[in-house]
Amino acid sequence: MNAPLRRVGVVVMVLFGLLFANLNWIQFYKADEYRNSDYNGRVQVAEYERKRGNIEAGGTAFAVSKDTGGKLRFVRTYPGGEKYAHVLGYKPVNLGDTGIERAENDFLAGTSDQLIVNRVKDMFTGDETGGGNVLLTLSKRAQDVAYNQLRGNEVGARRGAAIALDPRTGAVQALVSMPSFDPNPLASHDTTAASAAYNKLEKDDQRPLTNRALAETLPPGSTFKVIVAAAALESGVTKETKIPAGALWTPPTSGSPIKNAAPSICPESQVTLKEAVRESCNTGFAQLGVKLGADKIKEKARQFGFEQEDLSVGQLGDGGLAVAASRTGTISDANGRPDPAALAQSSIGQRDVRMTPLQGAMIAAAVANDGSQMRPYLVKQLLAPDRTTSYYTAKPGELRRPVSSQVAGDLQEMMESVVTGGTGRKAAIDGYTVGGKTGTAQSGPNDPDHGWFIGFAIDDKGNPVSAVCVMLENAGKGGSSEAARIGGQIMKAAIADGGR
Amino acid sequence: MTAAATPAPSPATTGEQPGVRLARSRRNSELSLLLLAMVLVAAYGATVEANVLDTVTPDFWVPAAALGLVFLGLHLVIRWLAPFADPALLPAVALLNGIGVGFLRRYDLARATPTEREDLAIFAGTGGRQLAWTLAAVVLAAGLLALMRDHRSLSRYAYTLGLAGIVLVMIPAVLPGRFSEINGAKLWIRFGGFQIQPGEFAKLALLAFFAYYLVRKREVLSLASRRVLGIDFPRGRDLGPVLVVWLISILVLVFEKDLGTSLLYFGMFVVTLYIATERVSWLLIGLTLFFGGAYLAYVLGASVGGPFANFYDRAQIWLDPFAEPYDRGYQLVQGLLTLGTGGLFGAGPGGGQPTLLPEVQTDFIFAGIGEEIGLLGLSALLVTYLLIVERGLRAALEVRDSFGKLLAGGLAFTLGLQVFVIIGGISKLIPLTGQTTPFLSAGGSSLMANWLLIAVLLRVSDGARRPVAAGGVAARPTGTPPEQLHGAPTEVIRP
Repeated sequence: MNAPLRRVGVVVMVLFGLLFANLNWIQFYKADEYRNSDYNGRVQVAEYERKRGNIEAGGTAFAVSKDTGGKLRFVRTYPGGEKYAHVLGYKPVNLGDTGIERAENDFLAGTSDQLIVNRVKDMFTGDETGGGNVLLTLSKRAQDVAYNQLRGNEVGARRGAAIALDPRTGAVQALVSMPSFDPNPLASHDTTAASAAYNKLEKDDQRPLTNRALAETLPPGSTFKVIVAAAALESGVTKETKIPAGALWTPPTSGSPIKNAAPSICPESQVTLKEAVRESCNTGFAQLGVKLGADKIKEKARQFGFEQEDLSVGQLGDGGLAVAASRTGTISDANGRPDPAALAQSSIGQRDVRMTPLQGAMIAAAVANDGSQMRPYLVKQLLAPDRTTSYYTAKPGELRRPVSSQVAGDLQEMMESVVTGGTGRKAAIDGYTVGGKTGTAQSGPNDPDHGWFIGFAIDDKGNPVSAVCVMLENAGKGGSSEAARIGGQIMKAAIADGGR
Repeated sequence: MTAAATPAPSPATTGEQPGVRLARSRRNSELSLLLLAMVLVAAYGATVEANVLDTVTPDFWVPAAALGLVFLGLHLVIRWLAPFADPALLPAVALLNGIGVGFLRRYDLARATPTEREDLAIFAGTGGRQLAWTLAAVVLAAGLLALMRDHRSLSRYAYTLGLAGIVLVMIPAVLPGRFSEINGAKLWIRFGGFQIQPGEFAKLALLAFFAYYLVRKREVLSLASRRVLGIDFPRGRDLGPVLVVWLISILVLVFEKDLGTSLLYFGMFVVTLYIATERVSWLLIGLTLFFGGAYLAYVLGASVGGPFANFYDRAQIWLDPFAEPYDRGYQLVQGLLTLGTGGLFGAGPGGGQPTLLPEVQTDFIFAGIGEEIGLLGLSALLVTYLLIVERGLRAALEVRDSFGKLLAGGLAFTLGLQVFVIIGGISKLIPLTGQTTPFLSAGGSSLMANWLLIAVLLRVSDGARRPVAAGGVAARPTGTPPEQLHGAPTEVIRP
């Protein structure tokens, strides 16, 4: 019996050899991966050991860390609550982080390479100085107004978004998505409660977690006419050129007619381009679009920022909140041939045209800024933990130049007429030249229409000071007029706050 | 390795030179090794306190000293009752047991609030309870040494033990879940705040029965065979017992929802069968049956569900624990991350965060310890386990009767297999099962059963190393030669 006993001894050694080899695999080869895994709570404990930096706007901190003395030492709180939720995002213990909290995580946590000097200094002084501070471009007043006005909109819309930009720099002055959510429960150290809060928001059919200002694309309706008008102006049409209009127009290949929003709008057979913009004349723009051709309209939309898939809003040129691409969609028929019916629909911002509120604001901003579209950004400055050193200050840059200043001037004039005497009267601000374009977009056979407004404000010295886009999802009747009113209020607040 | 060991001395040579080669009892080596082990345990305790409390309290040595006293008591009992027992077994087990108690006290410190930490009593918490269990287990082991002066006397109770073993295995399976289920595995008997794991004791009882049965049947099992493809296969009717045990282990797998226990029983039986018959075919049959059964359970779990679903679940977790890192795979994922965080050298005793790992005081204690002592420290623990197993096998090699060989060989292998099953489980080498880590995990059942196992190994090794003239058969307390033992269940091998 001794021979098998010896073999059993060998078997045991082989089994232990397997254990040993496997431990080597885990504790040596995979050690770094496991040590830094997202699922490893130790990473988190270490992360929460250091005080995370503030996120501030207009001198007030809207994301701060408080010392709890618990196992996870610092708890993240958001004094701004729902108002800033979609910009700041949240930094939960057991869920994914979002927003600026995610985009600037390394700097806020103090682990960024930029802060290495601070960390080395801490090593010698024994201090725990925490992470760096992020200063946002947001205007507190504009953000307040955007949030309150959107929530208290007079047409009873439950979903929507508003965003305001400084046309000269691209700095975001306000960014609100409705409905919003309170990020505080999500950052709770009670992970069960945090998960429950998250699941509730996740299941909410109003999708409060979605940042509609950047990530939601909807048919832009008549606001898209600004782009068609820009294309027309570059094709030899002037703002006084008479274009064919009428109460009803049926595209050559299709039976479904294009109508105007009301019988009173451009029933004449011809109106000037300016009148067509002011009154938002569907039949005029449908015929204009068909005359220009799909390629020109698609190209102009692209020059204004449509189809861009990699835009993000945070630091300039480096990460941030992802922006969904706006689309002109297919404007041809199933065989890829030109389809006048599709083109006519697309020219008034229907069919497959989809736009984010940010894109709307960028169109208005480019028009106001004499044809120069600035890259939008949210992060104004990165400050060291001790607030003495600045590690980054935004240097605004041009993103693209969709139209010449000549064309931009014509567009400004036409859009101003919308506010002075057309569909966007409610956006007017005393002492400022305000231009804009409303839009009412059909969303579905039985759903109420979306109301849109894109606009800008220019001060008495001719400086564009604010550009805005307000979207009220399924707002129904009066939606675009209400959007214009809210847009005007937001720009007014932004101007009062110094324009940025 | 044991292959290099000298063969057991023939009675002729020892008879001619009484006491010359085997006269040294090596009890003093045992004592000094034991002291060394306790010094290590005390050093571990001091490091823990330095890391957790930032200071070493004046009574850091008390747990180590208390354990040392308990083990010293057992050492004295061994001097008296089993003077020729293997001197490496007690110190090696004492080291593991001591590290286990030390880690559990360290876990208590981690769970306590900073203010509670300062005056956490030595005998409080899981650590203190484990200390008390150690005392109980060692007393039990000493009692067994006193009662069983010759391991062959065990064979008298073989059928009783076999029956008791099967009953113990079956109790948790037939009890309703609320009395027997913890973390999805039905391995327990629970009443009030108290719980025992009968399977831990069952394996000892069953093994004693296997050894007895196989000694009686080994002739027929090893001789009658048919040769197929160069391997001798047993006759159909001789397969009966194997099939019965296989069936029991599959039932355990299905009703107690535990692959580990099932693998343990079956592995134990097949290996003793192999040792008894020296037929490789038994190993092949056993492995085929087991893996076939496990695969079948997996397939049934995927398609039918019901009682097989738990096993299918566990296999899924094993294949990809990171698929549901916060859900089903949580334990295993956290175990792996804990081990990985430890890395090569570990965070130092007291430097890790065992509270982040679920079940760290029981199933995952090896990972919890590994975070702090690293790959190097865990390798040392593995070597200590290996030492115990190989010393047990050495006792089996040296003992002269076949019952003793089977008993010691089977027990030593079972201990090794259990270590493999649990440590392989938490390190994702095999599917995770609810086994305890011998001598480390918190819990009295496991500690007592494994100390009893060590007592049997000590007894067998004493019998193996005792010089014939210096005591041997003639000096047995009963005074009767083994041939006349009740039922004559065993034989003395004379090469």
